[in-house]
Amino acid sequence: MTDISQSPGASSAAKPKGSLFDKDARTKRRNAAEGRFKLYGIAAIGIGLLMLIVLVTNIVTAGTGAFQQSFLELNVELKEDKLDKKGNRNIEDIKKVSTFGYAPLIASALESEVQKLGIQTDLKPKEMGKILSKAAQAELRNYVIANPDEIGKTVSFRFLVNSRVDGYMKGRVTRESIANDKSISVAQLDVVDQLRDSGVLYKAFNPDFIFGSDASDQRPEAAGIGVSMLGSLFMMFVVLALALPIGVAASIYLEEFAPQNRLTDIIEVNISNLAAVPSIVFGILGLAVFINYMHLPTSAPLVGGLVLTLMTLPTIIISTRASLKAVPPSIRDAALGVGASKMQSVFHHVLPLAAPGILTGTIIGLAQALGETAPLLLIGMVGFIASNPPDGIVAGFLSPNSAMPAQIYEWSKRADPAFYERAWGGIIILLIFLVTMNTIAVILRRRFERRW
Amino acid sequence: MALSWILLTLLALAVLGYFAGRSRALASAEGDARALHSLPSYYGYNVALTALVPALGLLILWLLVQPLIVNNTVSGMIPDTAIAEGSDRGLVMSEVRRVAYGLDGAIASGLLSEVQARNADADIEALTQSLKDAGQVLTQDISKPILLAAQKYRSMTSTGSTAMQIMVLVVALLGAAFAYIRTHREFRARNVVEQGILALLLLAASIAILTTVGIVLSMLFETMNFFQLHSWKDFFFGSTWAPNFRGGSELSILPLLWGTLYISVIALLVAVPIGLFAAIYLSEYATGATRSIAKPLLEILAGIPTIVYGLFALLTVGPALVSLFGDGGALGLGWMASSNAVLTAGLVMGIMLIPFVSSLSDDIINAVPQSMRDGSLGLGATKSETVRQVVLPAALPGIVGAILLAASRAIGETMIVVMAAGAIAKFSGNPFEAMTTITTRIVSQLTGDTDFASPETLVAFALGLTLFVITLGLNIFALYIVRKYREQYE
Repeated sequence: MTDISQSPGASSAAKPKGSLFDKDARTKRRNAAEGRFKLYGIAAIGIGLLMLIVLVTNIVTAGTGAFQQSFLELNVELKEDKLDKKGNRNIEDIKKVSTFGYAPLIASALESEVQKLGIQTDLKPKEMGKILSKAAQAELRNYVIANPDEIGKTVSFRFLVNSRVDGYMKGRVTRESIANDKSISVAQLDVVDQLRDSGVLYKAFNPDFIFGSDASDQRPEAAGIGVSMLGSLFMMFVVLALALPIGVAASIYLEEFAPQNRLTDIIEVNISNLAAVPSIVFGILGLAVFINYMHLPTSAPLVGGLVLTLMTLPTIIISTRASLKAVPPSIRDAALGVGASKMQSVFHHVLPLAAPGILTGTIIGLAQALGETAPLLLIGMVGFIASNPPDGIVAGFLSPNSAMPAQIYEWSKRADPAFYERAWGGIIILLIFLVTMNTIAVILRRRFERRW
Repeated sequence: MALSWILLTLLALAVLGYFAGRSRALASAEGDARALHSLPSYYGYNVALTALVPALGLLILWLLVQPLIVNNTVSGMIPDTAIAEGSDRGLVMSEVRRVAYGLDGAIASGLLSEVQARNADADIEALTQSLKDAGQVLTQDISKPILLAAQKYRSMTSTGSTAMQIMVLVVALLGAAFAYIRTHREFRARNVVEQGILALLLLAASIAILTTVGIVLSMLFETMNFFQLHSWKDFFFGSTWAPNFRGGSELSILPLLWGTLYISVIALLVAVPIGLFAAIYLSEYATGATRSIAKPLLEILAGIPTIVYGLFALLTVGPALVSLFGDGGALGLGWMASSNAVLTAGLVMGIMLIPFVSSLSDDIINAVPQSMRDGSLGLGATKSETVRQVVLPAALPGIVGAILLAASRAIGETMIVVMAAGAIAKFSGNPFEAMTTITTRIVSQLTGDTDFASPETLVAFALGLTLFVITLGLNIFALYIVRKYREQYE
């Protein structure tokens, strides 16, 4: 630092005014700058970690609500004159009664429950029935069709309530916020309050959110992520079945056999470029090649899996090559020395030793593919209501489905704020998957990685 | 399904071939494996691979080429008069395919016999009705040329797939027989098998090239179609983005590019200082314990899927910003009308990029040799002076490279901007306004009902190609800077 030696401080050193331990103004300034600089660093890390904490708390507080749902317990009398007029329990006749036909049964069951509990209200039974979800009628109908012998008896049910009532139970909806809301009234909330106090209406864990299927715009309370989870699962099968063998084969070629020539260079450049291509471009590729050219079915997990395979390949190739490189040359030399061919030395000795690293890289690549959304938008996995689980393995690959991130995006676009809670809940499930996969990868690495 | 049967047959043939080849080799050596050139299993692999690989190759090739040939022949059959005003050959062809699938479905459900479906003089109304009875979806009433084309399509497809099955099986059997006959104790089976495997490995490695070629070609073709329908001058130099599906739309990339760059710049303004200072602190000041906790925690931010950031922007950051800057907000400024804004998307994208910048810069700063720091500290510089005047200049090319890579990520990022940036294309400097980006427009032009003959849909491919070129250019430029200006230490 030439400027230090020429600074005025140096000339004053010839005539010391005080002790060396007294810091002059310049030193103090420099030390203050040092302190500030360090503080900037701490602040930067603090901001980063704060963002992480805010994000995680936000996800947890906004999403845990989705795992709980408000239920209303009712004893419904399955009146024979409504459900099976002929009285011969013919399943075809019973099926003719549409879901609307079940609404009066539920409304009257609710009315009698309200009377039994002694709740005062001016509401008509039909209005009161709106406390319950529209899904309740379908649930009742499915039960009756499955158990026609129960007609004429009184059966106890646990029905989902309307999303507004559920929001009221969770504190999302208040008496003030429903002033302009047509789907719920203050009188209904009064009934809800009393039902809750008497313990008939309560919040409970809702497994249907995790395992159930998506529901239409009108019934956020019945929507679940289960079917799209299956869609993601089938996609991951495709990715695993294609990306792992192709990625390992490509890495073995590049790391062990590739001669130094033009072709190898081109392949290397291509792989590093593909790793940096925006994911949406892979979506365009999928749309143009797999759907428009090959006419594979739109929205199918097979197509999604193919697109994600192409996207994950660079990740897997890069990590596989790193773990192949980490196997010391002495292993190869020893194999060659006892008479193995080059191919035998690679497949019998190098590959098994690199396997834990390859597996780790593959799991991380899969985790990346699991959370990817943008390419799925273009191949039509959004805007599709995943209402039925696929029937069979071939249908699982070929019939339209959604995927977890696509389902979350779909929910975030819907108008009813009750879906936002579902979206956050879906994110919790997605993140649980990702954390599990990454933990497995870390454990594998710690447990099996060998250092030479 | 015919395809799965043919695959199973091929696999069975390969397994059979393995055992046949192995036992023939052993027989030719009179049961003494030592007399063979290679291990017995190699003779088996040889037969199995020779049976399987060419047949599979033919199968894949056939599956790719057959639709092309069938489409070309059939679309050549459709007279120009059959193509309605405002429609085009591609749309008619998709109708033809739909009718053909409809006929297949009707036969499968037993409503139509094969003879009826093939009858060229069929009564069209009756046929339409029976298709509808079978629950098949038809968008328009079938006309005579379309029916004829659909029948031709069906017959060609079915002939094609029968021919394919026969050819594939013949090739597999020929391959197996050839390899089986060649199997002899003198035959160098291991060398042949290893050559074959090497070729397969090379093929796997070439998929990277195929993907790039696929990306470029698929976008290039559609982009060229787009430029036939829409002037390229308007696309590159126009000033308005106003797609209109009734025609006469103005589709210029410039307003989109402006929005993209604006959001990226805000993201980088957030990510670069925070990421850089975090990297400096972690590599120069932090103790081992702090580093081993803070670094992985920061990197969690990079592992979170972008959909989570999108939702965070849409539902948390956006409303929070509105409550600060919006009408009746905490600051009472009234600047921000809706939670969709450049600032929302930029801030959240910046958070996403922090670990990207910090871990790349961290590696680069760590690569600066310790002797340079020691020299500087020995001359009396404080730690921060060392960092600013010695370490950072030495690491600068790498850091610039990292920032360029982060910029390319920001430009190509989709979910955050789709969910939080808005849909209005305009030139504006106000960060509290909604703006739109290239990726957002690609998504909105290509989702929903798309008609691949209109410029409004095809423009997405031109946008995609531009995006691809920009990000590729940035990446190459970043690599170039790192390579050219990197200080070589030894």
